Amino acid sequence: MKLKTFSMGGVHPPENKLSAREPIQALPLPKEVAIPLSQHLGAPAKVVVNKGDAVKVGTLIAKGESFISANIHSSVSGTVQKMDEVMDASGYKKMAVIISVEGDVWEESIDRSPDLKRECKLEPQQIVEKMKEMGIVGLGGATFPTHVKYMMPPGKTADTLVINAVECEPFLTADHRLMLERTQEILVGVEIMMKAAKVDRALIGIEANKPDAIEVMSRALTDFQGIEVIPLKVQYPQGAEKQLIKALLNREIPSGKLPLDVGCVVNNVGTAFAIYEAVQKNKPLIERVVTLTGKNLAKTANFLARTGVMANTMLTALGIDMPADTAKLISGGPMMGKAISSLTIPVTKGTSGIILMDAKEARRHKAQSCIRCGRCITVCPMGLSPYFLKILADKDQFEVCESERITDCIECGSCAYTCLATLPLLDHIRYGKTTVMRLARERSQK
Amino acid sequence: MSSVIIYSVVTMSVIAAFAAMILFFVAKKFRVDEDPRIDEVAALLPGANCGGCGYPGCRGMAEALVAAADQGDISSLLCPPGGLDTMSAIAGVLGFAAVTQESTIAVLRCQGSCEHAPSKLTYQGPQKCAVAHVVFAGENGCAYGCLGLGDCVSACKFDALSIDEKTGLPVVDPEKCVSCGACVKACPRHIFEMRPKGRKDRRVWISCMNKERGAVAKKNCAVACIACGKCAKTCPEKIQAITIENNLAYIDTKKCIACGMCVPVCPTGAILATFEPPKPKAKEVAAVQAETADNAAVKG
Repeated sequence: MKLKTFSMGGVHPPENKLSAREPIQALPLPKEVAIPLSQHLGAPAKVVVNKGDAVKVGTLIAKGESFISANIHSSVSGTVQKMDEVMDASGYKKMAVIISVEGDVWEESIDRSPDLKRECKLEPQQIVEKMKEMGIVGLGGATFPTHVKYMMPPGKTADTLVINAVECEPFLTADHRLMLERTQEILVGVEIMMKAAKVDRALIGIEANKPDAIEVMSRALTDFQGIEVIPLKVQYPQGAEKQLIKALLNREIPSGKLPLDVGCVVNNVGTAFAIYEAVQKNKPLIERVVTLTGKNLAKTANFLARTGVMANTMLTALGIDMPADTAKLISGGPMMGKAISSLTIPVTKGTSGIILMDAKEARRHKAQSCIRCGRCITVCPMGLSPYFLKILADKDQFEVCESERITDCIECGSCAYTCLATLPLLDHIRYGKTTVMRLARERSQK
Repeated sequence: MSSVIIYSVVTMSVIAAFAAMILFFVAKKFRVDEDPRIDEVAALLPGANCGGCGYPGCRGMAEALVAAADQGDISSLLCPPGGLDTMSAIAGVLGFAAVTQESTIAVLRCQGSCEHAPSKLTYQGPQKCAVAHVVFAGENGCAYGCLGLGDCVSACKFDALSIDEKTGLPVVDPEKCVSCGACVKACPRHIFEMRPKGRKDRRVWISCMNKERGAVAKKNCAVACIACGKCAKTCPEKIQAITIENNLAYIDTKKCIACGMCVPVCPTGAILATFEPPKPKAKEVAAVQAETADNAAVKG
């Protein structure tokens, strides 16, 4: 059978799913956590606790007040020490709440029993409220506040819920393990999301390199109505929402439009699990699965890590030190993740993995001159001309950048991955894109 | 034979007369009166077309100056490379009193060299400050300091900037800097500042842009401003040129008399001067130190 995939561009980097067989294990609690106030796309949340306050697991510590923002809850029980600036994956310092850990006391409202709770009696509106209250954001990496996706503007309706279980980034296995170990919970979560989006069809796209997940999920489907699991051909960046919709439904989103414009709501499979826990168990988003991996690591693992825990505690939990030949640390996947300068950065809602690379793997080749081979154009999933955008951004031709649709770039990095001249195309394009977006913002403010 | 010559001459004369009439009519009808002063002013400007004035080239500046003269005030316009001399000459042509605006020079507000702020990681991306600024905080971890990739050097049209290989920081050549302000615009971190040249070339400035708390700033860079406030205390009472805002001291050029008293008291050496600063009297230093220590204790 020919597997479905998206039609334009795409690459197939080595998969390197080293940790696919490691079951999810809980990460031991550290002495102190630093929970950043900006773990999501949009405005940072406003702190609602004071220095010296006692908090439990699940206590609201910061409230998302603007339209695109999300609540943040304490992931540990203990005392609020201070508000301080902590370096996060971006390399810049952001405000965070520092909490010292004392025991592990949870809020009474949270149902901690492992039983599956199938029935959901809430109305769609109440489900969306619950998502907002529990601080649910997209766990695929972009961390867009989920409730905003379900507050559909008048006149727009969805007909399909698309669940992204593709995990097209090499190395990462967090979603893969979650599907194997929390299958029923995920499907109940999908059911709740279908109710919230008022649709009767849900498609779960899983890449063919996870046959066990496809099998387990398909087998569990017998109890559920309207949900379908669709195996997809392995192709990066299939996890991007536009590419996923194209692959599953053969619908194309016009430039500058959203999935809702073609009748789709897209969420990650990890988000489905978080929504299950939030709606059925009253549990805020305080922990997520994080993959710790690297070719030079003796052991790899998938941790269920609380937010605000420093990334280096994962190495300690495995009982290993950072290998001496480590030359690069990446937060996220190797294609779209960010290089970080140290492991003392907190795990946030968007941290899908931490990857360690040795010098040979991390080496960047010397950038040569572009030979106009056109490979970057062939692989660009958005149909852009990366080599041309790079030249334009280099020459500060931002108006031409804009008319060449630089803002359509999804920053997947396929162009730089495939470049024969080993040019850092994406770095240049990212500079052009941020500048164009800033100029557009300034223009709209006038 | 002669008829051919006569016909040609007559035909050509008629055409010439006709063309002359058209040209005369066009010249009368579509005549543009250009202010002769524009040419005079343009001749006085340096002609480098650097754009430092904010207008497209020297001709554009000349037009703007004449237009401003018609409005009755040219004081808001300045040709930075030409400086006072040029502006005074132009003012003379346009019938104004000589301008007294002070000329300025670009000043680098960062000392985060390899020695003071050692690198914690290696950046291998595109060698352009603007790109690096989008990607990360900086090799030494300071999110406010110089990235050292030389966007300012390529922006300078007067060859006044160069990267010092030892420190990795740009250096301003005071002889060549015409204070056009191109480096100020080119730097994504806004480290360059245009400051008045000062009397007898005496200038004092805080050479740091870091707005982090003292301890954090000091961790990344040995010469960071830690906003201890000693400089503000040392500044003579009548002057009070130094303010501290967002964990960063700033010397107001309008108030500063360039006495240099603040330079030696700075515990991190973040204040720079273009002259040999005075050695403070031991008593004064002790008094200031005691006072700041008291304040720190109260705050702490």
